[in-house]
Formats: sequence, C-alpha cells, structure tokens
Amino acid sequence: MTGTITGLAATRRRRLPFGVALAFAWVAGMLTIAVFADAIRPYSITALHLAARLTPPDGFGGSLAFPLGTDELGRDVLSRLVVSIRISLLIAFGATLLGMLVGATLGLLAAHLRGIVEQAVLLLIDVQAALPFIILALAVLAFFGNALPLLIALLGLYGWERHARLARGLALAAGTQGYVLAVRQIGAGPWRLYLRHVLPNIAATLIVSATLAFPEVILLESGLSFLGLGVQPPMTSLGNMVGYGRGYISNAPWIMLAPSAVIVLTTLAISIAGDWLRDRLDPTVG
Amino acid sequence: MRFALNRLVRACLTLLIVVALAFFILRMSADPAIVILGPDAPPAAMAAFREAWGLDRPLPIQFLDYVVAVLHGDFGRSMINGAPVLPLVLGRVPTTLAIMLPALLCAIGIGVPAGVFAALRRNTLADRCVMAASVAGFTMPSFVLGLLLVLVFAVTLGWLPSGGNDHWQSAILPVVTLAAGSAAVLARFTRGAMVEVLGQPYIRTASAKGLLWRAVVRRHALPNAAIPIVTMIGFMVGGLLAGAVVTESVFSWPGLGRLMVVSVASRDLAVVQCILLLVASTMVVANLTVDLLYGVLDPRLRRGGGAR
Repeated sequence: MTGTITGLAATRRRRLPFGVALAFAWVAGMLTIAVFADAIRPYSITALHLAARLTPPDGFGGSLAFPLGTDELGRDVLSRLVVSIRISLLIAFGATLLGMLVGATLGLLAAHLRGIVEQAVLLLIDVQAALPFIILALAVLAFFGNALPLLIALLGLYGWERHARLARGLALAAGTQGYVLAVRQIGAGPWRLYLRHVLPNIAATLIVSATLAFPEVILLESGLSFLGLGVQPPMTSLGNMVGYGRGYISNAPWIMLAPSAVIVLTTLAISIAGDWLRDRLDPTVG
Repeated sequence: MRFALNRLVRACLTLLIVVALAFFILRMSADPAIVILGPDAPPAAMAAFREAWGLDRPLPIQFLDYVVAVLHGDFGRSMINGAPVLPLVLGRVPTTLAIMLPALLCAIGIGVPAGVFAALRRNTLADRCVMAASVAGFTMPSFVLGLLLVLVFAVTLGWLPSGGNDHWQSAILPVVTLAAGSAAVLARFTRGAMVEVLGQPYIRTASAKGLLWRAVVRRHALPNAAIPIVTMIGFMVGGLLAGAVVTESVFSWPGLGRLMVVSVASRDLAVVQCILLLVASTMVVANLTVDLLYGVLDPRLRRGGGAR
C-alpha cells in the first residue's frame, strides 16, 4: 500500500516539467527574498554612497561592494531591488486577494439572489469591461493621492469582474447538483450552504483564476509606479526603479535593467506556474 | 433585430454608468479649488473659483448639467488654461491612432497566422517555440520592452530616434512596443480556438469525405475559429488604448495617453473626464461592433434573440 503511494508520488514528481519546476523555484526564491528582505539587503535603501555614484555592476567595472552597481545618488541597486521585490509582491498579493474576495462575493450574491441583483452585477461587469483599468486607476490615484492602502485597494478591484463572472457561473452550475439540493433540503441557510459546501467545491477553480490574475496585478502596479503614480519615493517598487532608471538609460542602464529583469522573470514564472496549475486542477478556466 | 436592439440598449446603459462613475469619482475625490489654487489660496479666490466652475452647486445638479452639456457636445474647458477641452482631446486622437492602427494591424497580421501555424503543428517544436514567444510577449511589460528597444536601437545602435514624433521613423519603436503584447495574446488565443475547432467532428467528416487538408482548414476550421478571434480583437482595442498610456509616456509620443498622464499630474479634471468618456465610448462601440459581427458570423445567435 505504502509502496503504491510512494510510487504514485514519484511518477507525479517526474511529470513536473523542467520549465515548470524552474518557474516554481523562481517564485519560491522571490518569496524568500520578500520575507527576509531586511536581512538580505546589504545597505539601507536610502543610504547614499556619494563617492561611489553610478558604479557599474560587479563584472562590468564595478566591485563586489555593490554587486548590481549604484544609482546616481550612490544608492545600492541590489538593496533597493530586494526591498522593491518585497513591496511589489506585497501589493500584488494583497490586491489579488482583495479582487478575489470582491469578485467571488458579488458572483455568489448574483447567483444566489438572481433577479435585479444579478442584473446589476452583470451591468457592473459590462461597465468594467468598457473601461481600460489603467485609465480608471490613473484618474482615481491622481485625485485621491497615492497612499499605499489606497493603491492596494484600487488594484484589488482589478480582475474582480472575471472572478465574479466565474464564481457566478460555478455557483449556478453547483446549484443544480445533488449535494446543494440535499443541503438545502436539510434546512441549511445560505451562509452555511455557500461557505461550507459550495465554496470548498469551487475554490480550486477560483484559486487558479486568482493565480492567473496575479502577474497582471504585478504588471499593473509596476506600470503605475513607472508613470510616477504608484508607489511613491522614498519607498521603492520594481516599476518605480525602472521609471527612475529610465533617465540614466544611456550612461547607467543597469539601474533599470535589474528591476526589469525581475519583473519579466517573475511574471513569466507565475504565468507558467499558473498555467500548469490550471491544466492540472481544472481545465475549464479560460 | 431584437438582438441588435438589446445590445444597443445595454451599450447606452453602460455608457451612462461610465459617465456617472467618472464624474462622481473625480468630483468627490478632491476639491479642485484646493488642488489647483493650492491649500494656502485666499478663501475669496477659492469661492470665486468654485462659483466660476459651478463647483458650489449640489453634485447631482452638477452631474445633470454635465450630461446635458456633453449631449450638446460641450465637454467643458480646461481648468489649467481655460481652453475648450474637446478640440484639445480630439487633436491628440490622430497622433494616437497613428501608432494604434499600425499596431493593431501588426498584432493581427502576426498573431493570427502564428496562432494558426502553431495549432496546425500542435505539440511540435515549432508550436512550442511560438507559444514560448507568446508567453514571453505578454508577460513583458510594455515599458520594459519599450526601454529595451530604446537601449538597443536608439542608444547603442543609433538607428532610430528614442522619442518624439518628428519623423515617421519615430513611430517604429512605439508601434512595435504596442503591438508585441497584443500579438502575443492573439497568437495564444488563436491557437486555442483553432485547436478546439480542429477537434470537432465536422472537421473529421470534412477530411474523411476526401477534401484536401488545406481546404478543410480554409473552409471549415478558419471560419469557425474566427468567431472567438473576432471577439478577442474587439477586446484588444481596450488593451491597446491602455497600452498607449504607458507606451506614449516611454517614447514622449504626444498622443491621448500622454495627454492623460500629463492632465492627471496637473489635476485637470475636465480633460481627464473627456478622455475617460472618449475611451469608454470607443470601447463600448468596439464591443457593440463585435457583438453585431458575432451575429453576422454566427447565425445561431441572431435567431436566439437574447443576449448571451
């Protein structure tokens, strides 16, 4: 018996494609960096080393003192990168969670109450589809200011319409299944029905949908920060660093190349991991 | 007919909500008098400013006034220099279209054939290469791609200008930047649609009755795969508009997106509202066109009458 189970686990492990394993490893690495950012970074992100301004990375004329070089104020690029990873991931994580929560709640409400509530939710979904998110976000951020909680809340609205549509569809489909009818028959209220029975049954699909939205939220945050309307200095984020490094593209390209590479590789890794999860757990999500 | 009418009503309703949303978010978020005059301005100047712009009246009245004005083609005046907003915004439209249309054509011209190609060679090395390129394309943020292109073609090689719109060559890098993401999404989506269609029984029937494979693909597979692809292209218009905001900022391309960012930075309410409205109407019209095209491409939807 034990032998079969280990054997099964072994085949599963062998089936994990190399690229996907690499993607998971990268994501795990980024998470580790995010958690231990303060222990990893060699310098403070605001520490100025004026004598070592615009030092190229180690191997390109720089030294190990500043492995990824410094910017024009002499701040260590590696330290800023490490802290940026933490902030960008934190924002993206919070926002994705929030979007999932908003979307799933509205979707389940629409599926449960039907009628006018459902029509209202569907109309809101249409409205969201008619407004490119970054344009709406730009307007809101510029007028409300750029506080971090607001940024997370705003980004948290990203993707809600997709999650809502999905949750509604899944809940409607679940409503016709035996277990829901049975739970209803024994007199369970809507809270019990949805939290204890429907949600656990549709959670896998919703989680995959959130995983697929996560890299998009990272891109959105870095885009807004790049435009100077996301995370504000002295705090730093990946997009922020790229936006700042843009001014030095001709004489110090390493300032923008390091965060760019991290953005691209992280979104790529999460997309690959998300796709793999989707294929494995649930082939029905678009 | 009922199908078209239904979609039309929905589109108008959507637009109205967008107008309301934009208006209320923008008006309630901050006091434009403080934002523009600064918190230290004398109260008399603030009051005068509020009165001049109608900001002292109740919000619903301001909103009604705004809707009526919009319906008369009056989108208000810039709060920075007092110039009418509409000509200012419309003046930027051709500049944005100058990169958006070529980008859309490139995205379709590259994305669709690449997706069909990959679907026809499913699970081969060629398929994997196309899909890897596609994933790389849409996980690459446009500002990173844009800056990399600038680094290579403007800074290092010196072949193309890094920004502005003085020469036609200036448009090349923005178009490539804007098109890349959309082409990647479209390739992936087209492949998915084609793979699904190719698995249908009527494809097997068509090839079993002796049709050339090329004819099967052209007469049976492509038209059926076209339906979801057209929808996707409709959605892409929004993606391109959003992409234009970032791309135009990277290349200092003086289009709508650049105007949006500049107006947001200077808190010019009227301009921001006008652009929001313009973008939303464009999107609604694009989605409506797609819905109606859907009806043309797929007669089943027309007879069904209802939406969705």
